[in-house]
Amino acid sequence: MELKEITCIVCPLGCRIQVEMEGGEIKSVKGYSCSRGLEYAKNEVTMPKRTITTSVRAIGGHLPLLSVRTKEPVPKEKIQEIMLELAKVEVKAPVKIGDVVVKNILGTGVDIIATRNLYVK
Amino acid sequence: MLKYDIIIIGGGPAGLGAAVEAYEKGVKNIVIIERDKYLGGILEQCIHNGFGLQEFKEELTGPEYAQRFIDKVEEYDINVMLETMVLEITPDRIVKAVNSKEGVFTIKAGAIILAMGCRERPRGAIMIPGTRPAGILTAGTAQRYVNMEGYLPGKEIVILGSGDVGLIMARRLTLEGAKVKAVVELMPYSSGLTRNIVQCLEDFNIPLLLSHTVIEIHGKDRVEGVTIAKVDENREPIMETAQYISCDTLILSVGLIPENELSQKAGIELDPITGGPIVNEMLETSVPGIFACGNVLQVHDLVDNVTAEARLAANSAIRFIREGEFGKSNIAVKAGNGIRYVVPQKINVDNIEKRIKFRMRPVNVYNNAMLVVKSGDKYLLRQKRQRLTPGEMIDVNLSKDILKNANLEEGIVFLVEEG
Repeated sequence: MELKEITCIVCPLGCRIQVEMEGGEIKSVKGYSCSRGLEYAKNEVTMPKRTITTSVRAIGGHLPLLSVRTKEPVPKEKIQEIMLELAKVEVKAPVKIGDVVVKNILGTGVDIIATRNLYVK
Repeated sequence: MLKYDIIIIGGGPAGLGAAVEAYEKGVKNIVIIERDKYLGGILEQCIHNGFGLQEFKEELTGPEYAQRFIDKVEEYDINVMLETMVLEITPDRIVKAVNSKEGVFTIKAGAIILAMGCRERPRGAIMIPGTRPAGILTAGTAQRYVNMEGYLPGKEIVILGSGDVGLIMARRLTLEGAKVKAVVELMPYSSGLTRNIVQCLEDFNIPLLLSHTVIEIHGKDRVEGVTIAKVDENREPIMETAQYISCDTLILSVGLIPENELSQKAGIELDPITGGPIVNEMLETSVPGIFACGNVLQVHDLVDNVTAEARLAANSAIRFIREGEFGKSNIAVKAGNGIRYVVPQKINVDNIEKRIKFRMRPVNVYNNAMLVVKSGDKYLLRQKRQRLTPGEMIDVNLSKDILKNANLEEGIVFLVEEG
């Protein structure tokens, strides 16, 4: 039996969750206070995921950068690879908030979307 | 003189929230005055996620959260003056402002909502010895460079202070290829949210050195390194523990100060602990008809709480312009043992609708403590709290019934009972 201690990051409460594991299987989860926390804890011990928020180069916009994020959380181990991929991306103004900037980034099934409006300068 | 029902000073989350609420409640002759080129305030550079869980039941980034309100301001065609600086407000609610189009002008308000936000404590405020090279900047400035202007301020970084902006920047700079060597925190606990320590530091193996501080900055033209040391219980450096860390940038995340120069000029009384105005249950300052919300009132952890506070300020301002002054708020609200401050600082029970929310911070970290509200010897409320920490604001709701049925002559005290 293996016990994993997790601090939940879903909301600012920061619940301390204990997950009991046996042979890669989850035996019990304790200490969470909502269903999102339970889900987070289960993912965290099997496949931890994060939302990446960053920016990409923008051409002709009111800002030199466009802020973007992964539409859903992606596997934590992919963060660096995705950042390197996004370093190559350039967008042209105008862009609307929510527009897809990169579809299905690195085959994760997750899109990169714009998190602000970018106006033509 | 041009007259508005409500003048809102500041176009960040507090100002936007107040404007949208006032409009939706039918008060449309309002104006937002903003000194920047865009609405949104600090949210524009907070491109990380974690905003809106309470307000919109989804997780948004700062610009996305702001845009929800900006869209409404545009849809309602609310008056906005951008790149306009307020120079002065008077107790009779005349606002003097300046911009490059109209020069200096004055406008009159039925009510004023202060929503100017806060600014960061700079190096000068914490008196670190050493030279004055380039490469020392506050976390918010670093955030602006990286997220808005497209510059990386350095390659090898030490962060002093573990406020939320500092933690967020530790991750952001790491993602952009810089090496964050350590986050150094004077106190034995972080002043940031636990979730930020996990997802910004632990995820990237960035060390958090508690009870440590920077005792010297090295370098002539550019930062070359810092000397850090452990501190004792009086927060004095223990010289034997001094160690040198080479770095080209020192980022400061050492606290935020509500921006109240305008309030002071108007004769508004400030709370020396929060740095914001002393307010009553309506979020009205000591000057009738002038209200405060958001970080200008008290530094918040969550924008969702700022929005909630802005709504209350807007509704109070509306009541003021319709009904006039509220009657005195005579009941003092005090911070007792274990509590650093409480907002509001005084109340009038008659003005409370169903319940009132108090916001406060503890002085220290407490586990499994009781949060207690007392009046004289009588308990009004006792609540078990799993964890209290200065980095996380505490909310306490009290119902009007509890307050009405209590003898509040001696005021209300909030305190922590341990064990």
